[in-house]
Amino acid sequence: MALAKSLAVSLLGLTATAIEVEADISSQLPNFVLVGLPDASLSEATARVRAAVVNSGFVWPARRVTVNLSPASVPKQGSSFDLAIAIAVLAANGVVRPNSLADCVLIGELTLDGTVRAVNGILPMVKAARDLGAARVMVSRESLAEASLIAGIHVVSVENLKQAVGWFNMTWAEEAGESLNAGRFFNRSVGANVEGTRDNGAAPELADVIGQELAVNALLVAAAGSHHMMMVGTPGAGKTMLAERLPGLLPDLSIEAALETAAVASIAGRSVFATDSAALDLRPKFEAPHHSSSMSAIVGGGLRTPKPGAISLAHNGVLFLDEAPEFQTPVLDSLRQPLESAEIRLHRAAGTAVFPARFQLVLAANPCPCGKAFAVEGCKCTAISRARYGQKLSGPLLDRIDIRLVVQPVSVLKQKMHIDNIGAPALTTAEARERVNDARQAASARLKKTPWQTNSQVSANYLKGVLKLPGQVTRALDIALNRGRISMRGYDRCLRLSWTLADLNGRTAPIAEDVAAAVLLRGSDNPLGLQ
Amino acid sequence: MLESRPTPKTARQLLGRYGEDRACDYLQGLGYSILERNWRCRIGEIDIVARDRDRLVFVEVKTRSAQGFGHPFESITETKAARLRRLVAAWCEHRQVSGVKVRLDAVAVLVRAGRVNIEHLKQVL
Repeated sequence: MALAKSLAVSLLGLTATAIEVEADISSQLPNFVLVGLPDASLSEATARVRAAVVNSGFVWPARRVTVNLSPASVPKQGSSFDLAIAIAVLAANGVVRPNSLADCVLIGELTLDGTVRAVNGILPMVKAARDLGAARVMVSRESLAEASLIAGIHVVSVENLKQAVGWFNMTWAEEAGESLNAGRFFNRSVGANVEGTRDNGAAPELADVIGQELAVNALLVAAAGSHHMMMVGTPGAGKTMLAERLPGLLPDLSIEAALETAAVASIAGRSVFATDSAALDLRPKFEAPHHSSSMSAIVGGGLRTPKPGAISLAHNGVLFLDEAPEFQTPVLDSLRQPLESAEIRLHRAAGTAVFPARFQLVLAANPCPCGKAFAVEGCKCTAISRARYGQKLSGPLLDRIDIRLVVQPVSVLKQKMHIDNIGAPALTTAEARERVNDARQAASARLKKTPWQTNSQVSANYLKGVLKLPGQVTRALDIALNRGRISMRGYDRCLRLSWTLADLNGRTAPIAEDVAAAVLLRGSDNPLGLQ
Repeated sequence: MLESRPTPKTARQLLGRYGEDRACDYLQGLGYSILERNWRCRIGEIDIVARDRDRLVFVEVKTRSAQGFGHPFESITETKAARLRRLVAAWCEHRQVSGVKVRLDAVAVLVRAGRVNIEHLKQVL
């Protein structure tokens, strides 16, 4: 057999293409040619594959070997094709039975000694292999647990090329119980391996926050309605502390949502599992990139092939930008489009990648460069430096933030009360999450027949149509709108907040009190207090 | 025509000469007629010039006694192939041959434990 084919998958963003790896051995002087639009890292596969084959004890054909990755028009990159190339060449050389390759997708990098190594993006690649109709997928031993998260495809894991060849020739079989998941996966029904963990031991405790009842309440509203949030306050007021506690209040993700987030993590080379566990992480992610981060670090990018950024890694979770005005203004403004569309489209030389980006945005900012604008000592900044600082956060971005909150420093009295254990006990994370869960359930029951799950997603038309509130309830809002204090968009955002407040308070519809609280939470269009 | 062949001296040269002899036997077995062996000029050497019906065949012979250094064919690099092509032109000029069809072949001779294995690649360069 001088011609053989194996199957592989090429990823661009989360979009996969089936790739046929064809190997031809022709009666020419020895040479190894790889064609079909490989990039530099993939071209290096020739060196790795050849060494791996020889060092695994197989004979490399002393003829011209041509490997074609088709369709040739799809740009391909990375080292994930090594295993497929090696098996195709060995099949063309008669070492592997070629008819056993028809329905098995091969994913893995080879080392020079023939070990099969894990590659990034196993989760979306295995999912793609299943969606493209493959019955089996072969991955490295390390990737077995991750690959087994995808239901409906048989996963074969191998340690080295020799085992891979043995598996196709039916001289080697996986031993049950050899690895963590092997036993489960041999007799599992579809999807049986998807078992998430709800453990939340590492999350910071909400009860550690002293005072700040208003901010904690705002955090609760943000969690219940998945509203974007901004906190402005003097240094040390507890903005970062509060933001870090938001993910703890959010309910567990559904398996589908957790798998979406895990697919992005997989491409970025991160673990898709909860800490110290082999179960899928169901907790919402918390991404807090530093303010020096570049545009491509935040929204995703890369020179030729797009990689996911912080907004996609925070998909179904929280993106926290501490010291927001210190970020580069273009970086902040690049968030506007994904905030609306919940995804990001990146156009690069290799093609267009789409990454999901449904994140909850939390911004924290000082009121001015010296940070003392709201403090008793008073601000030392000049008017122009304050204006410059404030201009970093553009109007359109701030307009998309539902909750704009001023966080006051904790008073001495509050601290004293805390030390002496006087006053109402602080809300714990567990209690808060229960309230958030109840509110979310109420919202999703109301929005059952709509495409939305939380109040922040509901369209303006639906708010003013099906969910229209009586005039006496929205009176405060109507007056604010008439006086030009809030915009039409601000009006809608207040309505969404009102519904979340009603859900949290166990009401079927908002009352005037909820609307008033919503206006308070929405805050000023000018949260840095600029004139 | 065979008078210009130098006498082999080292073991390597002996093995090479032995391999070329085996290659000649093999080609003659295919019905080729050997025109010239070890033709040398400034550029280098052509191992075998033969005739296959109406075609001139220039043969590069590679002999190995063990495969420790890889397959014999693997030692024919792109540089060597380019030199062989120049050699063909030089030979044709020297022998005043023109307007004939030519072909470049490679023959690998593997000698191991008294057994000789011959591989032949046609039209390779």
